[in-house]
Amino acid sequence: MTNARAFLLLVLVFAPFSLAARDAAAGEFDLSGFVAFETRYFPNAPLFAGQGSAELSPSVVAEPEFVYEWNRRKDRLTFVPFARFDADDDRRTHADIREANWLHIGDGWDLVVGFERIFWGVTESRHLVDIINQFDGVEDVDDEDKLGQPMVNFRLQEDWGTLSAFVLPGFRERTFVDDDARLRGPLPIDDDDPTYDSAAGEAHVDVALRWSRTIGDWDIGLSHFHGTSREPRLIPTLRPTGEVVLVPHYDQIDQSGLDLQWTMEAWLWKLETMTRSGHGKRFVASVAGVEYTLYQLFETVYDLGLLAEYQYDGRDKANAPFTPADGDLFLGMRLALNDVQSTEALAGASFDRTSEAVLFFVEAERRISDHYKVELEGRFNFNAKNDVLLSNIREDDFLTLRLSRYF
Amino acid sequence: MLWTWPPTPRNSLPCLLVLLIGLWAVPAGAESPEEKGLAIAKEADRRDLGWQDSEVDLDMTLPNRNGESSTRSLRIQSLEVPDPNFGDKSLTVFDEPRDIEGTAFLSHTKILEPDDQWLYLPAVKRVKRISSVNKSGPFVGSEFAYEDIASQEVGKYTYKWLRDEPCGKLQCFVVEQYPRYEYSGYTKQIVWIDQGEYRVMKVEFYDRKDELLKVLVQSEYQRYLDQYWRPHRMHMDNVQTGKSTTLQFKNYNFRLGVDEDDFTSSRLKRAR
Repeated sequence: MTNARAFLLLVLVFAPFSLAARDAAAGEFDLSGFVAFETRYFPNAPLFAGQGSAELSPSVVAEPEFVYEWNRRKDRLTFVPFARFDADDDRRTHADIREANWLHIGDGWDLVVGFERIFWGVTESRHLVDIINQFDGVEDVDDEDKLGQPMVNFRLQEDWGTLSAFVLPGFRERTFVDDDARLRGPLPIDDDDPTYDSAAGEAHVDVALRWSRTIGDWDIGLSHFHGTSREPRLIPTLRPTGEVVLVPHYDQIDQSGLDLQWTMEAWLWKLETMTRSGHGKRFVASVAGVEYTLYQLFETVYDLGLLAEYQYDGRDKANAPFTPADGDLFLGMRLALNDVQSTEALAGASFDRTSEAVLFFVEAERRISDHYKVELEGRFNFNAKNDVLLSNIREDDFLTLRLSRYF
Repeated sequence: MLWTWPPTPRNSLPCLLVLLIGLWAVPAGAESPEEKGLAIAKEADRRDLGWQDSEVDLDMTLPNRNGESSTRSLRIQSLEVPDPNFGDKSLTVFDEPRDIEGTAFLSHTKILEPDDQWLYLPAVKRVKRISSVNKSGPFVGSEFAYEDIASQEVGKYTYKWLRDEPCGKLQCFVVEQYPRYEYSGYTKQIVWIDQGEYRVMKVEFYDRKDELLKVLVQSEYQRYLDQYWRPHRMHMDNVQTGKSTTLQFKNYNFRLGVDEDDFTSSRLKRAR
């Protein structure tokens, strides 16, 4: 998206601010957010020539949140800029507008105009129906970090459910790590000049619709998206220099999704399924699973959650973006100590049925005072040699230690 | 009730009224301790009908063994659900500690079934329906369990009146109540309710082994809309671990005109 259009959107979003300012006495301003210092530790030497070989890779990240509310909290302006400075990866050093929007809450409806992040779905190991935002691929490999998406979102709440309509001008390209960074494949990705299915390119206006409803123990969501795929295909391209690079290509797709959760006492039964056209032959992909919590384990106050999910993906391998989640079993455990420090840990593993590769991860966090939190994350792979994706990053096992100051 | 006579002059009129109403409602001697316990609970509930909705700020203090303490700061919006077959609805938003700022918790209280609960995680903008079968776990690391802070409804317990006795300057009914919820963390609670205004002054919680676990003292009551009493201080002592938690309430507001639409999982994303 061009700078001029981004600027125009910002002006549109913050125009109400000048109106609000006159009524400042009635409004309320709030600043929150965090700054964090983190370092990644790569115990193994890199697989590809040209990849940095630093064992410790530090970076600093900040995400403040400015909120201004007025009109008895019926109107709200939110501004969430984001920036990271990475010692080793020039691409991971980046900034983004995660959120910059005006929210108005009406009677039975609300409206969001501006940059916003949206989450749809219920499963843990893969987010299939969640499609509004582009992933910020340089942040982490877990697809949990998202770029801010410009939108107009109108939401209507009725007895028959909630209907949410989106108009999405301005496409966000996926971010990729630098050529000399870890966690990449053998070929460099050249994302300076991505290609598009649509003649409008990044200016294509996407649309989406979602209906959701709670009926007793069931939470149901149905959605449809029409527009530019957030997942690019990476096309091997020969440069005049003789170098082969991967160029992202963004197709036009239609994707319909269903997400479903049945909450039955200590059991959560989850299903996400979607069907997509535009990436070769129409295909179906699903994640289904269960989460069961053992409360007050062995008469302590600890809770232990057990997770199991199966991932199916029927995509056309030649014409759809590559996915590693095409027949994987995910097993995980979530431990909550329920203490004052909110100590929690999540550990799990994905087992690939065809390649027999295993990706193991652990995430743990603990508050260490009212303002600080420490987090430890690790990802390790086993038996990855035969796996198309994992084999590329088989030497890129890493541990991340993060200290965050919240304000 | 006669042996509580004479009441202190300040409280004589309400006490007299209570006495008269009590005598009129049920002929003396015909009431079993169970019936009397239930009648007290119903009367307390009846007196609290009609507040519609409220909003309050809450500071939670959790002292540790080193004499330091952590604090939690949160806001609670509540919606009265008049139907006795359903509990009230509440929306809790955290302001502190800052790492969970914006985290919101929505609860639709049920009487005998698990509540319907959703959690909003602002970092990932995700609303999660959560299992609420376990009401006896600690609420954000405090000595309050979820079932202690959930709305109190008559149908959640069976009752037995034990005795009347002084509680501070007031006279109290002492009522034993037994949770009807299958997975409650308690076998019973003993509740001290003042006879003048039917306010809960103290609660003793007995664990699954029927041993005294916690003692809650509610104080600094203020009356709103000329009718509804709310404690501004709740102090919970865990007698088995020696830990404690204090809740301090401030800025109560009533009848803000919110409705069911403000207490839905889809609105939870907009909560702040």
